[in-house]
Amino acid sequence: MAVKKFVVGNFYDEQVLFPAVKQVRRKGYKIHDVYTPMPIHGLDAAMGLRDTSLHTAGFIYGILGTLTAFSFITWVFTTDWPLNIGGKPFFALPAWIPIMFELTVLFSAVGMVLTFCYLCQLAPFVKKDHFNPRSTDDTFVMAIECNDKTSEAEVTQFLQSVGAAEVSTQYRETGWWMGRYDRETVVFDKQVEASM
Amino acid sequence: MALLRYESQVRPPLVAGDKDYHQISEDICRPVEAAPSKLWWIGFIISVLLLNFGVYSVYREVVYGIGQWNLNRTIGWGWDITNFVWWVGIGHAGTLISAILLLFRQGWRTGVNRAAEAMTIFAVMCAGQFPIFHMGRVWNAFFVLPYPNTRGPLWVNFNSPLLWDVFAISTYFTVSLLFWYSGLLPDLATLRDRAKLKWRKLFYGITCFGWTGSTKHWQRHESLSLVLAGLATPLVLSVHTIVSFDFATSVIPGWHTTIFPPYFVAGAIFSGFAMVQTLLLVTRKVLALEDYITLEHIEVMNKVIILTGSIVGIAYLTELFMAWYSHVKYEEFAFFQNRVNIRSPYGWAYALMMSCNVLFPQIFWFRRMRRNLVVTFFMSVIVNVGMWFERFVIIVTSIYRDYLPSSWSTYYAPTIWEVGFFLGTIGLFFTCYFLFSKFFPVIAIAEIKHILKKSGANYKEKMDVVEREKVDEFAHEHTHAH
Repeated sequence: MAVKKFVVGNFYDEQVLFPAVKQVRRKGYKIHDVYTPMPIHGLDAAMGLRDTSLHTAGFIYGILGTLTAFSFITWVFTTDWPLNIGGKPFFALPAWIPIMFELTVLFSAVGMVLTFCYLCQLAPFVKKDHFNPRSTDDTFVMAIECNDKTSEAEVTQFLQSVGAAEVSTQYRETGWWMGRYDRETVVFDKQVEASM
Repeated sequence: MALLRYESQVRPPLVAGDKDYHQISEDICRPVEAAPSKLWWIGFIISVLLLNFGVYSVYREVVYGIGQWNLNRTIGWGWDITNFVWWVGIGHAGTLISAILLLFRQGWRTGVNRAAEAMTIFAVMCAGQFPIFHMGRVWNAFFVLPYPNTRGPLWVNFNSPLLWDVFAISTYFTVSLLFWYSGLLPDLATLRDRAKLKWRKLFYGITCFGWTGSTKHWQRHESLSLVLAGLATPLVLSVHTIVSFDFATSVIPGWHTTIFPPYFVAGAIFSGFAMVQTLLLVTRKVLALEDYITLEHIEVMNKVIILTGSIVGIAYLTELFMAWYSHVKYEEFAFFQNRVNIRSPYGWAYALMMSCNVLFPQIFWFRRMRRNLVVTFFMSVIVNVGMWFERFVIIVTSIYRDYLPSSWSTYYAPTIWEVGFFLGTIGLFFTCYFLFSKFFPVIAIAEIKHILKKSGANYKEKMDVVEREKVDEFAHEHTHAH
């Protein structure tokens, strides 16, 4: 995974964060991510992220569950082992509705949670850098990605001018790796940092 | 200070005291990070002892057979299924709070939803024990699953309400667990980043799945919670509906009624909210969380209790009316001789049920009573006793007198091992709850932060100022908008 340079600004109020996000984008800097302690409605739109399609996936999983229950019970009761229960029809759809419904919900819920974990790359023993441990407490952290042409000083000054309380420069691995939070794992060579 | 969102002054604040984001983390994480109190240890040890007694009772049932219980002909279902329905019902309040109130955008949900969802999961765990051990040969319990087997393959009967129950309860447990845990991820990450001790960093680092709080992740998380809430809402209604089908699809007088599904669902929410009250009244006191679980929360839940209790009361009366109106002599006998008649063997149980579920909750029509913590606590226990007797009345009074007087049973009373099994599940429930309250945040930290600037007391005070100052500006903007 690539090691990159980031200019990281801490904000203490979402009222300041929102215009800051807009100004940073207008200026043309690349926002790597904004880390927040709670969901902030509208921040995704302000950052220009597209809407998630997770609910569509949930719908598809649900349909899959309905079809699984329906086709399996149909096969069992009409083909594999028809049971004569008081002369009632083998194809007894109304009596199957409860199980078809339950499997719809089950497939949809399990599928969506697994998809969520996959998309966000969340799993036990996964470790990620998130720049500032206070971003899960009370700080809104904006990380701006730098390339060779970005002037670090300029970005720092700009972040301060739009209201960031503290600004720092950090070298970070962008993805995730298998690791534990109780151990300091150095995933990239320190020399890389020196050479950058 | 600039305000993000405005909420009317008519609504009382949901977070009391002068709070900011950091203070919320501090308050809710404190009980997790501090050493458990003496009270916690006493409660925990009592729960574990009860659990052990339950394990021994179950051990006797497994080794010596179901004869350890006082079930007989015609009482094939006794304490076991009564307890099953009671526990499942208790679970329903958690899903109602977290899912249905999320869809209805009820802000007060945030203070109580985490603990209520945990309660749901533990209650369903307890409920599941009863039908499983009621099977007698518990080592064959996996026969209820439709898997390709060497006996044909012989499939399960998909037309049977008992099998619907298997699917309903297992789906309900799975979905509740996923919903609860996905909501916990951000709060576990908060605990991870606050952790000073090594084992705590390790434990919360593993359990939070590497959550960072990235905006894209939050966006997906919001979408996930909303859809899971949308799925859990019909699910929770379906679960108790299907439990009621266990009875309603039979032809036993007293069970064979169409009113059962809505009546069971209302009863489930009724008893579930009572259990939430019992747990939270103790939790807020012991963990000093009065600022987050305020009197407003307690009062709102008491309103739900009086509403659902009244629905249950109407259902009781409707049942009696239908028995009389049907003119079926078996129905009339089941209701008026076996239940209402105070001199019949189980008349006392019916009277207890009526007074605990219909009569006593009427006290909550008074605001002073709804806001009285002692009254609320005692009422929550009374309601749960009443709801236990409701299930007992439905089950036992319907089957202890068969169509043939020759098979009328002698008086059914449980053995010590039947009672022990029940006490064991109470032990399991509270053991789980004590562990939960020690190792996990009992209030959803991120969700409280989310409503702070709208419903926090210190922010609402400022809204009052804004409300008065901005009238002219507001009028100007909105009346002259072209």
